[in-house]
Amino acid sequence: MAGRRLEIDGVSKRYGDIVALREMTFQVGAGELFGFVGSNGAGKTTTMRIALGVLAADAGVVRWDGEPITLETRRHIGYMPEERGLYPKMKVAEQLVYLARLHGLTTAQAKRSVQEWTERLGVAARRDDEVQKLSLGNQQRVQLAAALVHNPSILVLDEPFSGLDPVAVDVMSKVLSDKAAEGVPVVFSSHQLDLVERLCHRVGIVRNGQMVACDTVEALRAGGIEHLVVDAPRAPRGWADGLPGVTVVEQTGTKTVFELGEGVDDQAVLRAALATGPVTEFSRRGQSLTELFRNVVSESHEAVAA
Amino acid sequence: MSSVPDVRVGNWEAVGLVAGREITGRLKSKAFIITTAATLLLLIGFSLVMKFVAGGSDATVGVSGGSVALEAPLKATATSIGQTIDTRQVDEAAGRAQVDSGDLDALLVGDGSKIVVVVKKEIDEKLRNTLNVLAGQLALNQEITDLGGDPAQVGKQVADAKAEVRPMEPPFDYNGQQLVIGMIAGILIYMSLLINGQSVAQGVVEEKSSRVVELLLATIRPWQLMLGKVVGIGVVGLVQMVVIGGAGIAVGLATGVLTISVSAAVGTVVWLVVWFLLGFFAYSLVFAALGALVSRQEDIGGVITPPLMFVILGYVLGISILPSDPGSKLIEILSMVPLFAPTLMPMRLAMGGVPAWEAGLAVVLVLALIPGLVWLSGRIYRNAVTRSGAKVKLRDALRAT
Repeated sequence: MAGRRLEIDGVSKRYGDIVALREMTFQVGAGELFGFVGSNGAGKTTTMRIALGVLAADAGVVRWDGEPITLETRRHIGYMPEERGLYPKMKVAEQLVYLARLHGLTTAQAKRSVQEWTERLGVAARRDDEVQKLSLGNQQRVQLAAALVHNPSILVLDEPFSGLDPVAVDVMSKVLSDKAAEGVPVVFSSHQLDLVERLCHRVGIVRNGQMVACDTVEALRAGGIEHLVVDAPRAPRGWADGLPGVTVVEQTGTKTVFELGEGVDDQAVLRAALATGPVTEFSRRGQSLTELFRNVVSESHEAVAA
Repeated sequence: MSSVPDVRVGNWEAVGLVAGREITGRLKSKAFIITTAATLLLLIGFSLVMKFVAGGSDATVGVSGGSVALEAPLKATATSIGQTIDTRQVDEAAGRAQVDSGDLDALLVGDGSKIVVVVKKEIDEKLRNTLNVLAGQLALNQEITDLGGDPAQVGKQVADAKAEVRPMEPPFDYNGQQLVIGMIAGILIYMSLLINGQSVAQGVVEEKSSRVVELLLATIRPWQLMLGKVVGIGVVGLVQMVVIGGAGIAVGLATGVLTISVSAAVGTVVWLVVWFLLGFFAYSLVFAALGALVSRQEDIGGVITPPLMFVILGYVLGISILPSDPGSKLIEILSMVPLFAPTLMPMRLAMGGVPAWEAGLAVVLVLALIPGLVWLSGRIYRNAVTRSGAKVKLRDALRAT
């Protein structure tokens, strides 16, 4: 089990004059949940399609277990494409059995696995319905089942959370965490950064076809400036103006977020807040992934503008 | 995690899985069951109508009194000029009543030495001819007897005397039935190529537009997917062709509408199957490749119309020229050209009279073309099938690697 990892090594791809990927490199180890984030068109989908062999790379290698990936080893990957794809007129169970068999399962194994996954994902009652008759959310669950029925050793999911209701998001999160706990490397892309922050062990941020930041969530957040969050419900607007060494970053409702200057005593802020009335929240917070992401993306805009 | 399971899928296993999905899906589909049943009903209905039209006699004639002796000569004369006459012996009064009621077309009366016929108003023109010929015969017989000859012997000699025809090139005798079978074979193969060929293109686009192709190509190779689809739809078309062709011929033979030999009938079905397979395989490879260029069902027509025109052209030429001119030189040549052979050759084969070398050459030429088509269409399909969105230009699909 140790050393079972998916490596994307220096993968490049261009479409005519447009560079889609430039030396994209990252690894996902066994049991790791890797979040892949970036703006639209940054190259996440292209990377995944190349890993799955749907697209050919111009340069670079995708390795599994240290060996360049082949059609045979690709059958171990569970894949959820960005553009969902299922036969609309085929029944759910028939379709999943067919896909499982294409991944090398026998009919008996396939049926057992379909039974198990449709139950686990809450679509067991719809097994004999045509896919097109399902709601989008349920189609999404079937799509995930399609990525899981062959008991994959790697999971590559492109935007698995888009279009899901909160319950389905929980189901999906649970499945991904369980799979990772089984020792499966899981890569998924998402724009829901809070979700990525909560679920993932490591995160890669892509910009213009390049990996610009790739580390654990803690390490990524540690780099930034710390924020102070104060919730003082009775405080008048602008109560914090003029406090030395702090700048108000944002003010929503009764909540104020400060950026603390170097060596500034946060207790002074608390006293000022208490002077206005009760304080219901007072906390220090590292920068969120969303903030980090914004910074990274705006850097790119500045770079382009410069 | 347990050890990684063995998930190797052989080339042919993958093709088989894809084909299997097509076959089970289509055999169960309402469209397939309905078209097959409708075509069968149509063929059976056609056979029954033909039987009804062909059966029965041209006229029913009563014979009474002395003219009873004319019953046999009347039938023989009618047959000799291509008429069928039923006769009935009645007494004169009853016969007249039946003529009046329309049960009899005519009643022969008198002593049988000459023809006296009672009809209601007018006599049918063909029946009049028959009776005139018979009357002439009777007069002749009378003369022969008067001269001391034997009318029967003279009659035999007259019947045996025939012009001897010496053709320099014996023409093939196309009979009407074989022409009809040829036309039906043409219609069947044309419909089958049209329907199944378009199914291939639609199937390819369905996978593209539903994006399921991306999921499939992450596990199997493009050629396996394309070939599996062609084979699967081909098997379904074949089943349909054998059922319809076999049942049609069986019904034809059973009702007596078809009087060709059983071996000729079986030969027709076998050739039909051979040409369906060749034609379908060649054309559907092209349809699959061209279907891969577009991403929406509405755009299929635009890309598959050019090759489809060859199918239609072949069929139209065949159906419009062959009935009047079965030996047409133009059709004879075109039926060996691979583009037209799948529609024209089975028509000619069903009509009979095709030299073995022509039948063989047509098969060999199509077979020779197929590897080239496999290569070309495989290339187009592979390059185009994962590119969704706007129509992929044929030139780009050919060039890309």
